Amino acid sequence: MGTKVVHTRGDITLVTGVIGADTHIVGNRILSMALEEAGFKVVALGALTPADEFIKAAIETAADGIMVSSLYGQGELDCRGFRELCIEAGLNDILLYVGGNLVVGKQDWADVEARYVDMGFDRAFANGTRVEEVIDTLDEDFAARAGGIA
Amino acid sequence: MSRGRNLALLIDFGSTFTKLRAVDLDTSEIIGSGQGPSTVATDVTDGLHAALGDFENQIGDLPEFEHRLACSSAAGGLGMVTVGLVRELTAEAAKQAALGAGAKLTGAFSYGLTPDDITEIEAQAPDIILLAGGTDGGNADVILENAGRLAASAVACPIVVAGNREATPDAQAVLEKAGKPVTVTANVMPEFGTLDVEPARDAIRKVFIDRIVHAKGIDRASDMFDAVLMPTPAAVLDGAKLLSDGVPGTPGLGDLVVVDVGGATTDVHSVASGAPTVEGAIQHGLPEPHCKRSVEGDLGMRVNAHSIAEAAGLDVIAAAAGVNVGRAGEMLDTLSGDIEHLPKAGSEEARFDQALAATALGLAVTRHAGSLSIVQMVTGPASVQTGKDLSAVGTLIGTGGVLAQGENPAATLAAGLADPAQPQSLKPKAPALLLDSEYVLYAVGLLAAIDPEAALTFGLVHMHAVGEE
Repeated sequence: MGTKVVHTRGDITLVTGVIGADTHIVGNRILSMALEEAGFKVVALGALTPADEFIKAAIETAADGIMVSSLYGQGELDCRGFRELCIEAGLNDILLYVGGNLVVGKQDWADVEARYVDMGFDRAFANGTRVEEVIDTLDEDFAARAGGIA
Repeated sequence: MSRGRNLALLIDFGSTFTKLRAVDLDTSEIIGSGQGPSTVATDVTDGLHAALGDFENQIGDLPEFEHRLACSSAAGGLGMVTVGLVRELTAEAAKQAALGAGAKLTGAFSYGLTPDDITEIEAQAPDIILLAGGTDGGNADVILENAGRLAASAVACPIVVAGNREATPDAQAVLEKAGKPVTVTANVMPEFGTLDVEPARDAIRKVFIDRIVHAKGIDRASDMFDAVLMPTPAAVLDGAKLLSDGVPGTPGLGDLVVVDVGGATTDVHSVASGAPTVEGAIQHGLPEPHCKRSVEGDLGMRVNAHSIAEAAGLDVIAAAAGVNVGRAGEMLDTLSGDIEHLPKAGSEEARFDQALAATALGLAVTRHAGSLSIVQMVTGPASVQTGKDLSAVGTLIGTGGVLAQGENPAATLAAGLADPAQPQSLKPKAPALLLDSEYVLYAVGLLAAIDPEAALTFGLVHMHAVGEE
């Protein structure tokens, strides 16, 4: 599967979902709707999505990015090995974002972010991040990628 | 004798027998039936003549028929191979489309086809290949690669392409360039999580009518009937759909399940949305077709009698039949050795045969129906449903020789009901139990194509409440 040279948001397919045994769907639904409204093609898997289903959906839809939500504090366990699973499935350079209540308790955000980046996520977003910020970041990251390829 | 009567002759070219039902569409009566051997391997007309002879012995000279329609599962049925991308997604959708078209699946492939896969497909020599892969706007590479590999193979059968629409013209071109007959139809999964299997199903049926009927030599008898409309399992599914849906002015039975316990396989057809009935249940996985057919290739009363025992345990079946395990093993060998074997009424063997049928039927319905699992959340337990919830289905219909001729069809059919010991299985809880004791469901499906109203009335009259048949 070759990397697409991306021109506009409409060429970009994003898979969204809430990972693990997590039923908190509201924030993820708001994000999915906002992404769709912003012009992205969105494949919304909803709540209770195991890691492998994100990846299977990304293969079938030739997705450019996966946006993982986790709200119930077990994100670190659920997201472990996510990048490796993508590589195993041939999704070598897919963009991976994660966001939500990513850890239990009050922890230093820089630490949390670093742990998720170590796991292979391109970006981690703290609780309370506005969707506009996510969309701006997506635009930047895809622009950088398109520039890098051309 | 028949001037002015609206008569139809419905023929089933089966794998073992050629069967006929003659129906008066005005009165819903079966005016006669006949049976002959299946002679597709030599000359299909021999078996049909024999069946017509049998029919004439019962009612005298053949009347004039308004309609003469046939379905066929002879010569191996409609053998199909499906190819998709992700096993649980487009590969599963392709499988559902082929099963709904009445096919006998000999192989279901996912991801890129390997040289070994191609060798296997060539050896299976399917009648039709269904090639899918990628949502619209999704992955295009794999379906194109697979088209290229099929193009380079020795496979000569028609190929139905039902994948990513952007990739389809190129897939078609590469296959046609290699001389493969290609039919293009809509994507089985146009969007992620959306099944659209009807166009592929219809395309498969059309290829079956246009090419396969001829390839199998069934059209040799074509002056004796008007058309072979579909494979027999598709006729049964169409019959089930009509009985469920009804026609404008005449309501049908609503959601229903049909179980067909055969010699080699057990088929289950459900016509139901399968939406959750459990309060707050979260549905998980692909949606399933409203008209869903599943085939249990390891559950058959003769050819696969041993694998029924393997799946459920011979001791369990022996206990249900009230025989010891040693004797059960002997009877299992007798039954599986002779596909036409009919146990004597009232015998120990008949009891064992019935226990075997109940086991196959129970397993097949369990596999067809969805299931519930409880997931522990931070907020407490939640129910997650996979597959179709059939618990509220109003009707369960049994068909197939072992049910029609068996000793206690009510008990056999009851094996398909929800079991309080398995609360996670979403099988029907309290449906009406009906029996297709005259083997007419295929005829209902065939008639549905020409006269749905008469077909429905006929079907409703001839599905009998168990115990009253």
